Amino acid sequence: MSFVYDKLLGGKSGAIGLLVLSVIILIVFPMLLDGFRLNLVGKYLTYAFAAISLVLLWGYGGTLSLGQGIFFGLGGYGMAMFLKLEASSPENTAIQSTPGIPDFMDWNQITALPWFWEPFSSFGFTLLAILVLPALFAYFIGVAMFKRRVGGVYFAIITQVIAVILTVLIVGQQGYTGGINGITDLRTLNGWDITSDSAKYLFYYINCGLLIGVILLSRFILTSKFGRLLLAIRDKEDRVRFSGYDVANFKIFIFCFAAFVSALGGAMFTLQVGFMSPSFVGIVPSIEMVIFAAVGGRMSLIGVVYGTLLINFGKTTFSESFPELWLFLMGGTFIAVVMFFPNGLAGLWSQYSPDIIKKIRSTFGMANPELPLSSPGLKETNS
Amino acid sequence: MGGYSYGELGAIFAMQGFSGISLFSVLLLMALGLAIIFGQMGVINMAHGEFMAVGAYTTYLMSSLTESFFPAFLPYYFILSIALAFIVAGAMGYLAEYVLIRHLYSRPLDTLLATWGLSLIMQQSFRSIFGAREVSPTLPEWLLGAYPATDMIDIPINGLFVLGLTIVVTLGVFYLMFKSSWGLRVRATTQNRVMSGAVGINTKKIDRFTFALGCGIAGIAGAAFTTIASTGPTTGTLYIVDTFMVVVFGGAASLFGTIASAFSIAQAQSILEFFISGSMAKVFTLLVLVLILMFKPEGLFASKVRR
Amino acid sequence: MPSMTNTDFSLSIEDLTVSFDGFKAVDNLNLYIDKNELHVVIGPNGAGKTTVLDLICGKTKSTSGSIKFLNQELTTLSEHEIVRRGVGRKFQTPSIYENLSVFENLEVSYPEGRGVFGSLFFKRSEKVISKINEIAKLIMLDGEMETEAALLSHGQKQWLEIGMLLIQDPQLLMLDEPVAGMSVKEREQTAELLNSISKGRSVLVIEHDMEFVERIAHKVTVLHQGKILAAGKMDEVQKDPKVIEVYLGH
Repeated sequence: MSFVYDKLLGGKSGAIGLLVLSVIILIVFPMLLDGFRLNLVGKYLTYAFAAISLVLLWGYGGTLSLGQGIFFGLGGYGMAMFLKLEASSPENTAIQSTPGIPDFMDWNQITALPWFWEPFSSFGFTLLAILVLPALFAYFIGVAMFKRRVGGVYFAIITQVIAVILTVLIVGQQGYTGGINGITDLRTLNGWDITSDSAKYLFYYINCGLLIGVILLSRFILTSKFGRLLLAIRDKEDRVRFSGYDVANFKIFIFCFAAFVSALGGAMFTLQVGFMSPSFVGIVPSIEMVIFAAVGGRMSLIGVVYGTLLINFGKTTFSESFPELWLFLMGGTFIAVVMFFPNGLAGLWSQYSPDIIKKIRSTFGMANPELPLSSPGLKETNS
Repeated sequence: MGGYSYGELGAIFAMQGFSGISLFSVLLLMALGLAIIFGQMGVINMAHGEFMAVGAYTTYLMSSLTESFFPAFLPYYFILSIALAFIVAGAMGYLAEYVLIRHLYSRPLDTLLATWGLSLIMQQSFRSIFGAREVSPTLPEWLLGAYPATDMIDIPINGLFVLGLTIVVTLGVFYLMFKSSWGLRVRATTQNRVMSGAVGINTKKIDRFTFALGCGIAGIAGAAFTTIASTGPTTGTLYIVDTFMVVVFGGAASLFGTIASAFSIAQAQSILEFFISGSMAKVFTLLVLVLILMFKPEGLFASKVRR
Repeated sequence: MPSMTNTDFSLSIEDLTVSFDGFKAVDNLNLYIDKNELHVVIGPNGAGKTTVLDLICGKTKSTSGSIKFLNQELTTLSEHEIVRRGVGRKFQTPSIYENLSVFENLEVSYPEGRGVFGSLFFKRSEKVISKINEIAKLIMLDGEMETEAALLSHGQKQWLEIGMLLIQDPQLLMLDEPVAGMSVKEREQTAELLNSISKGRSVLVIEHDMEFVERIAHKVTVLHQGKILAAGKMDEVQKDPKVIEVYLGH
């Protein structure tokens, strides 16, 4: 029991923070929002997976990846390929010159299903691919870079270039990938209509459940000796190395885990939104994931979920009514967070929340216990 | 490559080679600016492409003004634009360093994010001021056309001009960094900031002018860019990744490395483009670069130093 | 070529050379250290002292020559493997994890759970805690266990780093200027600490402070321009005319 409490929930403040978040996403949002808006929130929450991956990799590990979109995309495309194949049964595609292959292939004069699409007709393989392939890809990148001590800005730039390569490849090879439009018209999952309201509700709850699961798993990592080693590597890499650790292995592992988490988000994105396209893979989405993490607080697993929601609500609101203002606001947010609020929302909360809570308590005539009321869960403690 | 005779292949390589020279020139000018800033100060400027766009828009503005008010001046305005592009982009770089960068020198990853924010703001400013459509300056007559070297090979004049401009700027940078007393101070600051401060070098001023110089050269790259393509609000982002690769591949601190790497990247891309689609040429070039960098992360021309 | 001869020495360096673009920072060096010996390397700036430590712990790769520790060749091993063979190294400027507490600094250095999965499932057992307490007492930081390392004084940071090495129980301990920036009292305490921890292992120290060297050194080696100028007991070395020339001649 104490294992669950200390290691997964992160002690009292961590448990309260997670409880508050769970109540908000599992109860408050479904009560307040209509189906359309809830689906939108669900979409935002899939980005939160990528933001959480950056807390581990960047906030704790000190390694900034500008290519988390790669893994989000791999997860999303994996799921989309399965759903597309199901939607492209010979009966559904009878009017095509080659029935039984995805419509965009037919439009591009492709007459047989490419070999790398074949295995994605199996749901089991697809799930396995989503869970393993992105992490495997990260493993190869990680071994190549970290074993040769490539880090810092070099790593950031190389991951960005890989994101560019992947995007250009997807857009350029539209016969195999659906091109710039992506993979669209996804309807059923093993015969079950995923566009129905009930399916959307179910996906929303599965998404929330996975998100909470990922937070718990990340907590476990951060509260272990591994978590303290991550911080140690961030601060004094050489000292860790000369204390007998093979530093590269730790970076490779956390990079793979971050890839796995992002890919999970990508797969859930496809299920909830019903399509996947290169605009969720390249430079811009990847760096947006970084801003979600930066705004929420790069050291806080829970903070980044709020950061992701806030930025995306802002984006939706502004790009509907003042599209011109949005980029100014976004650019300004980048600069402001970096210069004035390096710990983001979580940092602000841990700074001001004791006063706010005290005020609330005295307003309602409650006694102020002399507790360290810092940060219910927004700030992850190091220990 | 079937279907081409050797003579034709030679002509294709030569023609694509010359068209690659324009790309080489723009990449090299961009990379020089980025390398000065990165190599000497350890700062990654994600807004570097937008400073190039500033230069391109400056040229466009000069062209429109000349056309409307001094049409007789049209053959000469372009030279003036180059100088002005340098000054405007440099001044904006100076301002950016003062407001933003100088607070972030010890945090390279944060600098990267802050300059990304700056690039978003600059892109939207271009869109608000010049519109979302791409614009082109009216180029003077003498820049247009081609010089027929043989009956199969035409050399575009604008390519030659841009190449000449690039050589002049590169020599200028070389002189400034390695022969002038200012360059000596910059290099001293790079090697030992504390010591340089102690011997009376104003390191803050050095930083600011170095950053401004880098951005100014990006401005010149922008002016050169207008001769080969039209300019839009997101033009800068198209070139920033390639420019990074040039700098990293060339080994960051080596001028010769930067030139060689800009040349090989531009030529590889340009020649490949003739045989496979443009996007696949880009994928192929970047992929090879990433693979090379994975095996030789310090770049091709880095020297071995005592650490 | 790594030599094939085995010796009774704990550390034996033979014909070690490293050059950087032609400049020989360490030139054909031979150095032997016994078990239970506290050996101090002195020499003017740029003599190659820190480079020798870098070579032993694998931070710099040698151009030629051999480094044998307990008759195992080190030059072919990577840094963490050398540490795991029992070599600990303190850096010139205190190198500790500023954001972690003293306890956590020592815990992270505890020589178990050194692999990825080992560290994920590492348990803070009674054994670990009592070892940390023991070391903390030795380095006079047992009262500062929960203090964030960034808040320690400069001298305390030096001690903490020594403690982080001691908890790994190294057979060879290398200290690069351990008393730099310390008060007189702290120097005395450090001298006592070094004398007590040199039992049962070999200690290699780089130091400038001659008074301090006199207090701790069993043997002294004087390096100059990458070569050994003199070696032996402190009082012998001090009388050596070549040493006087290098230190006082200019």
